[in-house]
Amino acid sequence: MDSFTPLSAAIGGFLIGAAAVLLMAFNGRIAGVSGIVAGVLSPAAGDWRWRAAFVAGLFAAPLVAWAVSGERPAIDFVHPLWAIIAGGLLVGFGARLGGGCTSGHGVCGMARLSKRSVVATATFMATAIATVTILNAATATVQ
Amino acid sequence: MKQTLAAFAVGLVFGLGLVTSQMINPAKIIGFLNVAGDWDPTLAVVMASALATSFIGYRLVLARHAPLLDEAFHLPANTRIDRKLIIGAGVFGIGWGLSGLCPGPGVAASAVGGALPFVYLAAMLAGMRARDLVKL
Repeated sequence: MDSFTPLSAAIGGFLIGAAAVLLMAFNGRIAGVSGIVAGVLSPAAGDWRWRAAFVAGLFAAPLVAWAVSGERPAIDFVHPLWAIIAGGLLVGFGARLGGGCTSGHGVCGMARLSKRSVVATATFMATAIATVTILNAATATVQ
Repeated sequence: MKQTLAAFAVGLVFGLGLVTSQMINPAKIIGFLNVAGDWDPTLAVVMASALATSFIGYRLVLARHAPLLDEAFHLPANTRIDRKLIIGAGVFGIGWGLSGLCPGPGVAASAVGGALPFVYLAAMLAGMRARDLVKL
C-alpha cells in the first residue's frame, strides 16, 4: 500500500465533481466522457461544438499541469499491447451499449441516485476487478 | 459560443482533477482493481470526493429552472435496468481492467503519454463504432 495517495486523490476528486456540477450549471449536460466523445464523431449531432471543446479541454489539462509544475504526469501501462488494444475496443463498445462509463454512470449518475448508474457501476467494478485478478494470476503462472 | 467556452473550461477542470489524482495513470487504476494483490485504495478516495461534491452541487443546480446557458437541463430519461445496461457495463469493466484506462483518462493521457494512449483511443473509437453496427 506504499502507493496510496489520499490527499491528492481527495483534491483531484473534488475537481472532477466540480467539473460535473459546472457542466450541469452552465450547459445543463451530464459530464459523461464516452457519450460526449461519441457525440463528436456522430455527424447527426448538431451540438458537436461544445462536445469537441470539452474534449479539447480534457486533452489540454495534462499539458497545462506539466507546464505549471514542470513535471510530466506519469502514464505507466501495466499490461501488454494486446491488452491495451482489446481493452480499448471493449471499453468503447461496452460504454456505448451500457449508456455510459466511469464518469457518466460512476460520478454523474450515482450523484443523481440513478438506479441504472448504481447497477452499471457495481457491474463494471466487479468485472474490472475480476479481469485484473485473473490476468495477474495467469501472468504469475507463466513466470 | 458561450456554451463552447464553458465546455472547454469544464473539460480543463475535469482533466486537472484526473491529473491531480493520478487517475490518468493506468498503473494507479490497475493498483485499485488489484484487490487480491498490493491494493492501492486511491481510486476509492477520488470517487468518494467526486461523488460528495457532485451530489451536493447537483442538488443546488437542479433546483433551478434551467442551466445558465441553455433553456433546459438535458437529463437521461431512460430508467430501465435491462440486458443492454448489464452486458454493456460488464464488457466495459473487462476493457477497463485490461487497459487501465477509461474514456476520460484515455483522452487526457494521450496528451502526455506517447503513442500507446493513441493506440488505446483508436481501439476505443472502433469499439464505439462497432456498437452502432451490432443489433443488440
